[in-house]
Amino acid sequence: MKEDNLISDRGEVTGMRPGSEVVIAEQQKTESAKAENHNTTDTEEQLEAKLMDRPKPKNVTPLANLKLTPKDIPVFEETPERKAKLEMRKKMHFKRKLRDWGVFTGYLTPSFVGVFVFFFLPLILLLKTSFQKSPTNSDFVGFRNYERVITNDAFIAASKNTLTFALISVPLAVILALLVALLLNSGLPGKSLFRSFLLNPMMVPVASVVLIWQVFFSYNGVINGITAQLFEGAEKIDWLKSSYSQIVIMLLFLWKNLGYNMVLFLAALNSIPHEILESAQIDGAGPVKRFFKIKLHYLSPTIFFVGIMSLINSFKIFREVYLLTGDYPYDNLYMLQHFMNNAFTHLDYSKLSAGAIVMCVVMIIIVGGLFFAESKFDSDVEE
Amino acid sequence: MDDIKRMERRKQATLARRHIYTQTSAPETFITSLSEEARENFFASERKRIALSLRRRKIKGGVLTGLGLFVAIFISALALIPIFFTFLNSFMSSEEIVANYQVVFQSMSGHASQGATYMSRTPVLKLIPEEVTIQQYSTLLFMNPEYLFKYWNSILLTLPIVAGQMVVSCLASYSFARYRRKRREVLFFSYIILMLMPFQVTLVPNYMIADSLNILDTIWAIILPGVFSTFAIFLLTKYMRQIPSGYIEAATLDGASEWQIFTNVALPLCKNAIFALTILLFIDYWNMVEQPLVLLTDINKQPLSVFLSQINEPELGIAFAASSVYMIPPLLIFFWGEDYLVEGISRSGIK
Repeated sequence: MKEDNLISDRGEVTGMRPGSEVVIAEQQKTESAKAENHNTTDTEEQLEAKLMDRPKPKNVTPLANLKLTPKDIPVFEETPERKAKLEMRKKMHFKRKLRDWGVFTGYLTPSFVGVFVFFFLPLILLLKTSFQKSPTNSDFVGFRNYERVITNDAFIAASKNTLTFALISVPLAVILALLVALLLNSGLPGKSLFRSFLLNPMMVPVASVVLIWQVFFSYNGVINGITAQLFEGAEKIDWLKSSYSQIVIMLLFLWKNLGYNMVLFLAALNSIPHEILESAQIDGAGPVKRFFKIKLHYLSPTIFFVGIMSLINSFKIFREVYLLTGDYPYDNLYMLQHFMNNAFTHLDYSKLSAGAIVMCVVMIIIVGGLFFAESKFDSDVEE
Repeated sequence: MDDIKRMERRKQATLARRHIYTQTSAPETFITSLSEEARENFFASERKRIALSLRRRKIKGGVLTGLGLFVAIFISALALIPIFFTFLNSFMSSEEIVANYQVVFQSMSGHASQGATYMSRTPVLKLIPEEVTIQQYSTLLFMNPEYLFKYWNSILLTLPIVAGQMVVSCLASYSFARYRRKRREVLFFSYIILMLMPFQVTLVPNYMIADSLNILDTIWAIILPGVFSTFAIFLLTKYMRQIPSGYIEAATLDGASEWQIFTNVALPLCKNAIFALTILLFIDYWNMVEQPLVLLTDINKQPLSVFLSQINEPELGIAFAASSVYMIPPLLIFFWGEDYLVEGISRSGIK
């Protein structure tokens, strides 16, 4: 080992086995040569000095010998031709910019007009009414409506419920979908079949879903029947009117959105470069390590996207909740949408608009934060 | 470095290499140290050990695959049960359904006191009807003109929304994807926020605007906001940004106009996404309930989804058949475009 190190240190790798006779012989030779070298006149330093002082090539570029002064730098005179040319160029640039802008707006206009009329204008109106006493009575009342809403018990409870639902069900939807996608991606036969099976719940109309959930989870429902048969004397629970109600709705949410999220994850898993995974495996990384160190890294944009989609769908689940339980559900299920719907039916528009604006602001903050985090995270990944 | 020295060294190295190949004997290893017989024995035992471990690994893999299959089958069964449940129950006779499920709805619709009388009974979850009839379907399709009218209403509402939104959002997302500037990103962000808004947020102003445009209680009150919804724009823009800019540059160099680039380059490349979005939007609007409830107070104009969601005891007998018939268009579309759907959703999530 010792000899080997010595050879490699000197950069004289000759392709010989360490410890073989030849190496030892050569080593002795070089050692003696070294000792002689100190005495001879032709040292390496001199060689190097010779190399440095060698004659340099002349006239490499035609301008090399010219000595330029500031006077020689050409100054463009303000001739009329030049002026016209510059103006033309400016005009062209402006024209092109205008054209780009025109194309951008041209393609966007249909959407923008509609969005302005049906979404932005309503929001502006909402903002206006939130500062008025009532839509018909346009007295300015300042933040009194907001005060009324924020101190409202129903509003607080509703926002708490909505928030807990989103906070629990969205991560759950992401993680479960990721697990199922990993399961299907681990070389299971019939992958595409399972994929279409799991996508199916998305197609089922809301009305059927509601009907089925009622059959299963109502007081005299199937689940209660099964528990009664399995465990003697089990208490019957009215699932949708108990503290379990949110869990039931979460089940519905997961059942509905698992397939969609899973398809997204499957695609992302397939797009991970295979060589990296393989080389990690050869280097001895187990499946868990490969997942956390490699796959998760590549999945991060998809996780973000799935999170956003799940957030949208968690707001949409109100439709099912509404149809299952009506205007006034169990306390656990009273969502912000219920609050607004009820304010609408009670014609309490100022309360409704203040509540809606509060919700908008909170949502802008949350989504903006998410996007900011994503862009930060993305730039980290790219580095 | 001087050349002579280098030459000398190279010569030495070559000589040394030759020397090794001819002179050095094979190194002593464990295998060579064994006698002939012992070596044979050793190889045999090794072969046995490797075969055993291979078999063990195979069994382990088989068990794991089996477990995975079991879980996958379990999950997909959970996903499929409701569909089968609806379809199979739709072939029961009305009496059978009422007998099976009336209990459920008795406790549902606020008869708290009456619910007590049914305490002892539990509903019967039957997948296979006792006798297969198409009685439900015949009552539904031939004796209830109301049902068919609502079906037609649903189609009348859904198709224009989907077609319109696709056209509008293709244009808009092309513009968002092709020209990215900071201020436009802000607009795009506001579109995303709008996409996230629940319908209830803009309920009142939507109502007021529909009123002032004189379209309240007509189907336009639902179609127009639907057409301009920003959901499709978000997804399509994400998809279109993946088009390599080289394609568009090549088209420009070949003298294609902006419109030609849009129709001949951008749209064909987004075909999958467009199909996928069409399916998603169709399902979403086929199921809408809140908008018609608020903006379409005329019962005769309301779509089937509203009607179905309000089914109660009296119509229980035809509920399953109605749901089944209602489920057919989405399912057909799904089976027709599943590959597009999968392909289209897939690419939207990857950067």
